[in-house]
Amino acid sequence: MSSSFTDRLLGRVRLGGLLALAAPVLAIVFAALVTSIILVLTGNPPLHTLLLLVDYGSQPRTIVNIVNLATTYYISALAVAIGFRMNLFNIGVDGQYRLAALLAAAVGGALVLPPVLHVGVTVLVAVAVGGLWASIAGLLKVTRGVSEVISTIMLNAIATGFGAWLLTTDRLAVAVSGSNNIGTKPIPASGQFPGFAMIPGTQAKVFGFIVVAAVLGIAYHVLFNWTRFGFNLRATGASESAAVASGVNVKRMVLLTMIISGAVAGLVGMPQLLGASYSYSLDFPTGLGFTGIAIALLGRNNPAGIAVGALLWSYLDNSSDILDLEGIPKETVIIMQGTIVLSVIIAYELVHRYRMSAEQRRVSRQLSAGTGAPAEGAVA
Amino acid sequence: MHAVVGENGAGKSTLMKILYGMQHPDEGVIRVGGKPVTFRSPADAIAAGIGMVHQHFMLADNLTVLENIILGSEPRRGLGIDFGGARRKIKEISDAYGLGVSPDTLVEDLGVGARQRVEILKVLYRGARILILDEPTAVLVPQEVDELFDNLRGLVREGLTIIFISHKLDEVLSVADAITVIRRGTTVASVLPRDVTARQLAELMVGSELPSPETRESTVTEQVALSVRGLTVRGADGRAVVRDVSFDIHKGEVLGIAGVEGNGQAELVEAIMGMRPAEGAVTLGGADISHWPTLRRREGGIGYIPEDRQRHGLLLNSPLWENRILGHQTRRPNVRGPWIDRAGARADTQRIVDAYDVRTPGIDVDAAALSGGNQQKLVVGREMSGDPVVLIASHPTRGVDVGAQAAIWDHLRAARAAGLAVLLISADLDELIGLSDSLKVLLRGQVVADVDPAGVTPELLGSAMTGAGGHDNAPAVPGGGGTVAAGGRGDDPVDPDKPADPSAPGRAGETPAGEGA
Repeated sequence: MSSSFTDRLLGRVRLGGLLALAAPVLAIVFAALVTSIILVLTGNPPLHTLLLLVDYGSQPRTIVNIVNLATTYYISALAVAIGFRMNLFNIGVDGQYRLAALLAAAVGGALVLPPVLHVGVTVLVAVAVGGLWASIAGLLKVTRGVSEVISTIMLNAIATGFGAWLLTTDRLAVAVSGSNNIGTKPIPASGQFPGFAMIPGTQAKVFGFIVVAAVLGIAYHVLFNWTRFGFNLRATGASESAAVASGVNVKRMVLLTMIISGAVAGLVGMPQLLGASYSYSLDFPTGLGFTGIAIALLGRNNPAGIAVGALLWSYLDNSSDILDLEGIPKETVIIMQGTIVLSVIIAYELVHRYRMSAEQRRVSRQLSAGTGAPAEGAVA
Repeated sequence: MHAVVGENGAGKSTLMKILYGMQHPDEGVIRVGGKPVTFRSPADAIAAGIGMVHQHFMLADNLTVLENIILGSEPRRGLGIDFGGARRKIKEISDAYGLGVSPDTLVEDLGVGARQRVEILKVLYRGARILILDEPTAVLVPQEVDELFDNLRGLVREGLTIIFISHKLDEVLSVADAITVIRRGTTVASVLPRDVTARQLAELMVGSELPSPETRESTVTEQVALSVRGLTVRGADGRAVVRDVSFDIHKGEVLGIAGVEGNGQAELVEAIMGMRPAEGAVTLGGADISHWPTLRRREGGIGYIPEDRQRHGLLLNSPLWENRILGHQTRRPNVRGPWIDRAGARADTQRIVDAYDVRTPGIDVDAAALSGGNQQKLVVGREMSGDPVVLIASHPTRGVDVGAQAAIWDHLRAARAAGLAVLLISADLDELIGLSDSLKVLLRGQVVADVDPAGVTPELLGSAMTGAGGHDNAPAVPGGGGTVAAGGRGDDPVDPDKPADPSAPGRAGETPAGEGA
């Protein structure tokens, strides 16, 4: 009678403080165990492999890479989580960010503007493109009842095709000097987002966009917990029928949520574009939107949880580079990532069941104890 | 036939869940036929011959009776399902106990009473010898209740045991062979029906005086609070589920809508709340609100106690104070501009919890952790806050224990005396007759009769609800629903053409309509 499995899967059910931590920790330990078994089966020493990952992952240069990739993952997972909070599965973050990055790169490369304004305009283009692209799925759902899962997946494919059509030398692309790659015209220095060399022991810079990501996380928290809009959004996700009865215009909420999710998705490519590559070329990273889905699940749509999930995922991705050099298949890490997601979901479910029965016991105990207490209080 | 009665939250459902293996006891022994048993799951309970008929039917509408019954325990023949064998067995059981269930009807074509018989048959089909019935009469009209009781008596005659949970004490007294009263998780009395009256039984349940829904002194004023004219609501197939309904509710008046469930009450309420498109005019204190969205109607002063509190009234997995905000998310003390005012909402939640006696350890527990009656008290408290002008109360005391029911009635009466206009929809005919200042009977989406609650009995009202003769399938008489309700009994207080009492508010409401037209 209470919550559905998807409610719990998507973190719309609260978990108690320590218990909420116990679940992912247990899941990671379990995933490490499964990975170890697979390593043994494939004839690799598990402990040695894990130590390699830890060792390589704690080198300053790798740390910078981990933080940078995690920044991107974080924004992507936030975009997904916004939809999850109200039962919208925005699978289209991938297409939204790629199209947004391409068009923002084209605009940023073509403009000549003073430094801060230049970055601002580029980012704004990305946000607008992401939001607009996502709004197609939102409009289809609101007006025609098309499932956003289907439409966003299809829009991903369309975005790929549309992007490929735009990224030709006839239109937005120029040849990248010294290679057969093509990309948009590089963004000049005024449009670049400066990074910080904050990790001692390396010259590599952390994306300046990490600040934007942090601000987004805080804004996400404030939006959902402190604003009327966020309340309506959560209420719609928790029970659409109750939200309708309370006067929420669900269609409007669907459209707005989709647009906000898409607008945030538009930012996913920005750390890389404005902090490292300065151009959208054929080798611009893809698939970040799908990673975002896994991380949003890991973090239970909680901004702090997502940050931890993003760092973990990025850590595994980056430190796995060493494995190939040692002759151990890099894909071991993918197995570990997959196992983590699955076992986290199972662990959350177990913790949830434990918490539910504990809470019901607690309420009935307090009530049966409480019925005596007020009576005595009244006498006194 | 053993009846278990008790307030909501007294532990009846928990007890039944334990008996059905859905929950495990901390201590104690269950004996079936003298043998101690432990149930790990409902499957163990079924194996021991215990079956449960839930309050909310668990049937798939688009499957036939046969398919519904064998679902989950399909008899196999080779690789396929033995439909023939199942059909024979269902017929045998149905005939043996006189249930009159035909295996090949679609469940969606069945009435409420028949669906319940299918649920009972489903349990018998699995070999149950002990049946647990959780509030089986909550959804039935008096005539259907009688049929159900005949069926149950038949089962008992055949040697079956029935455990029967109910709030309706008259029913318990009329059918049960023994009664157990529980309060706060313990047995407070084991009585025989011939030794107690309904009043004594109720007092055992609540441990105090029995409440009554009676409100006799009229507080009806001349001011119209809510006026509905020619309201028609169409279903998905374009058929009118509510047809040309008009009424006025005055300040201080309770207008009751009687009708068998599914005759357009839910649609009528949703149309008034703006949750469903409708034709016709709705006026709130003189302002035409026909095109207002739900939120604006709520802000305009319409409070809404929804029929299904779990689906429409609460966020089960959210704490109580967040539930306080629901439906009032644009008003103080819950919000300041676009921001949620946590302190304000929390303080006001505490006020509701205190004023409405919501039994909870605190305002941070999830709504799901409260018992049904306490959830309902919270909803009522919330909808009464912010000084509503009109209250739409759909089944305000459904599934609520006697104590909470009395409290809710008190609050409704007090608000009515203070000038609140109430539209009351209820399946509890005593509640309708007791609380209402005027009554309208809704049949197939049309108002078929105006009834004076002062001179009507539940039985008469029940006949009017089913179309006079009590024929469930009586064809609608086009443009003449009134003749159906009249039923040729001239001395009925149920008079379709004019209210029995010319000064009744229902009549007063008719006059402006005539002038307007």
